[in-house]
Amino acid sequence: MTNPYVVATLVFYVASLALYIWNLREPSRAAGIGATVCLVGALILHYFALLARSRMIHAVPYDDLFGSLSLFAWLLAATYLCLEAMHRRRAVGPFVLPIVLVVFLLAHLAEARPVKAPPAQGPLFAFHVTLNILAYSAFAISFVLSIIFLIQNRRLRGHKLGVVGWRFPALDVLERMTRSSVLIGCASLAVGMVAGLIWAHRLEGQYWDGDPKVIVTVLILLIYIGYTLLARTAAWRGARASALCIFNFMFVIFSYSIVNRYLSHFHRYF
Amino acid sequence: MEIVLIGLNHHTASVELRERVAFTPDQAREAAGQLRLRGILEETLVLSTCNRSELYGVPREDASDGAGTVELFLASFHQLSPNELNGSLYRHRDSHAVRHLFRVAAGLDSMLLGEAEILGQVRDAYQIALDRGETGPVLNRMFQAALEVGKRVRSETELGTRPVSVAFAGVKLAERIFGKLKEHRALIVGAGDTSEQVVRHLCDRGIKNLRVLNRTADHAVDLAARFGGEVVPWENLTAALDWPDLIVTSVSSSEPILTRAILERAMAARANRALLLIDLGVPRNIQPSVADIYNIYLYNIDDLTEIVEQNKKARVAEIPRAEGIIDEQVQKFLHWQAGVAARVVLEDLRGKLTAEREAFLQERLAAMSHLSEQDREQFAAMLQEFLDRVVLSPAERMRGIPELRRKLQNFEALRDLFRLDREKS
Repeated sequence: MTNPYVVATLVFYVASLALYIWNLREPSRAAGIGATVCLVGALILHYFALLARSRMIHAVPYDDLFGSLSLFAWLLAATYLCLEAMHRRRAVGPFVLPIVLVVFLLAHLAEARPVKAPPAQGPLFAFHVTLNILAYSAFAISFVLSIIFLIQNRRLRGHKLGVVGWRFPALDVLERMTRSSVLIGCASLAVGMVAGLIWAHRLEGQYWDGDPKVIVTVLILLIYIGYTLLARTAAWRGARASALCIFNFMFVIFSYSIVNRYLSHFHRYF
Repeated sequence: MEIVLIGLNHHTASVELRERVAFTPDQAREAAGQLRLRGILEETLVLSTCNRSELYGVPREDASDGAGTVELFLASFHQLSPNELNGSLYRHRDSHAVRHLFRVAAGLDSMLLGEAEILGQVRDAYQIALDRGETGPVLNRMFQAALEVGKRVRSETELGTRPVSVAFAGVKLAERIFGKLKEHRALIVGAGDTSEQVVRHLCDRGIKNLRVLNRTADHAVDLAARFGGEVVPWENLTAALDWPDLIVTSVSSSEPILTRAILERAMAARANRALLLIDLGVPRNIQPSVADIYNIYLYNIDDLTEIVEQNKKARVAEIPRAEGIIDEQVQKFLHWQAGVAARVVLEDLRGKLTAEREAFLQERLAAMSHLSEQDREQFAAMLQEFLDRVVLSPAERMRGIPELRRKLQNFEALRDLFRLDREKS
């Protein structure tokens, strides 16, 4: 982790998180604006960190697991920033930023090494990877929003809203934000997957060579489509849908870690 | 440029006395006019609400004891003796008057800490006085700053955000669940005073869809008509439960009118859409076990009272931050005020020195007939340059450097030092 951009990015992410937490505990215009400004700064520096990594390994930054983790953190932070700009709410920041920070740290703990000449190149491949990682970012956001929903729901039902509880978005808003995030995730994943299949066909002459990653990705897409359909039904709307969204995200984590590391032969980065 | 404030409020005077000293809009206009006509105040503003009556003013420069005269005027205007008012009045000057106004605008001096209504009242009083030309540069700046303080305190602290009435707490809870209430629906069961308070807050928060039920149809019709709602016959209560997002009950009934069985059927009929139930009845109108039903949020009057108490404490905890904003704005105002005072004195000083220079030159050059016109002009210019360098420039510096002004203590001392005529300024 000797790249100066990495260090600077880390500092800005930490500062941003600290200010978001401060703003949640003791709302202050200065802290809120400071948090957003630090996050924007972190995103810019993170971009340059990714660029520096690319140059070091002579490949796109997501050519290995750690690079893709870094891109995931970047997209997660960027997606959150868009959400904040749309809804003008900073209360979700203290919950998203820790994930960004942890993933970023994980991504940059490993030294960037030039990878073996990969076949993975070209705009279609870039499209495939970026969209899939965007999908995972969107699902991560929906995961965080669902957790907040469940916490708020529990507090409201238990009449224990507390000081901080008044500052979160309304339950209805949290539900809508979650559904929007999942929709973005599903759309990105579907298109990204198709791009990947087309690219695989161009490379190997067949759309699918039995890689379990594809099966797991299809499964993830199906369970999130299932969530989208169930979340509006009588039996599932509300806390149950949020619990389902959290459960679904475990498959995303499974796909990103176990499947990539041990099960997939093409999506394995080691 | 003194500022005076004479007034009384709910802390210092009984409601009976406040009633006698209150100003109607016509009285406020008359009082302001008289104060200026009699030469007591150059600038004046009357702030009169149900909890306070205050006179803000800038006395004329030549008025002695402007505050005392205002006090006597206040008593005579309301046909009271000074003794009747004496123990209840507060008198503030300059920075204390400014700080008081800022605290009033911020809601720190209100009966209900942090209430928002006072800011609107201050704004209205200022606008009326401004339109009538009763204010001047000092009160304009002061009241504009006060409005800025009120806005900042409400946006940068939580002094005014948390509800401190049961009715408002219920409405804010609805916002915690549903967000903006504009597109949501409320069913009001019971048309008494408590329900009316809730309906008022709901309408203030933007709700457009309102239905009212009451055992006595006339009361329901009256409440619905006043707030733009529809009336539902009492006997249709059960059927009406699948429509709203929020139900507020406030009826006198020894038994619950909404039982668990009724609400389970209602939730099934409404496809389990979230429902907030606010039970303001005593005895309770809604069976407590209803709270266990999925997607129902049930609050009774004790729950809301507890929220209100927590919020009151939270508001008190915000006072130091609000006072911090007020301190900052008071300093800013005083800095401006000192700058204006300095500018006025400097203008007078320049005028005085120019006049002295003219007199000096006339006196001294009269005996120097050998000097040409050009020499006389050069001599006059040199003298002016000397005065600028030695007196006026240092004085100008002082205007821009607060530290120097503080050392001088009172810029007005220049006026006495150079015997500047007040009437000319």
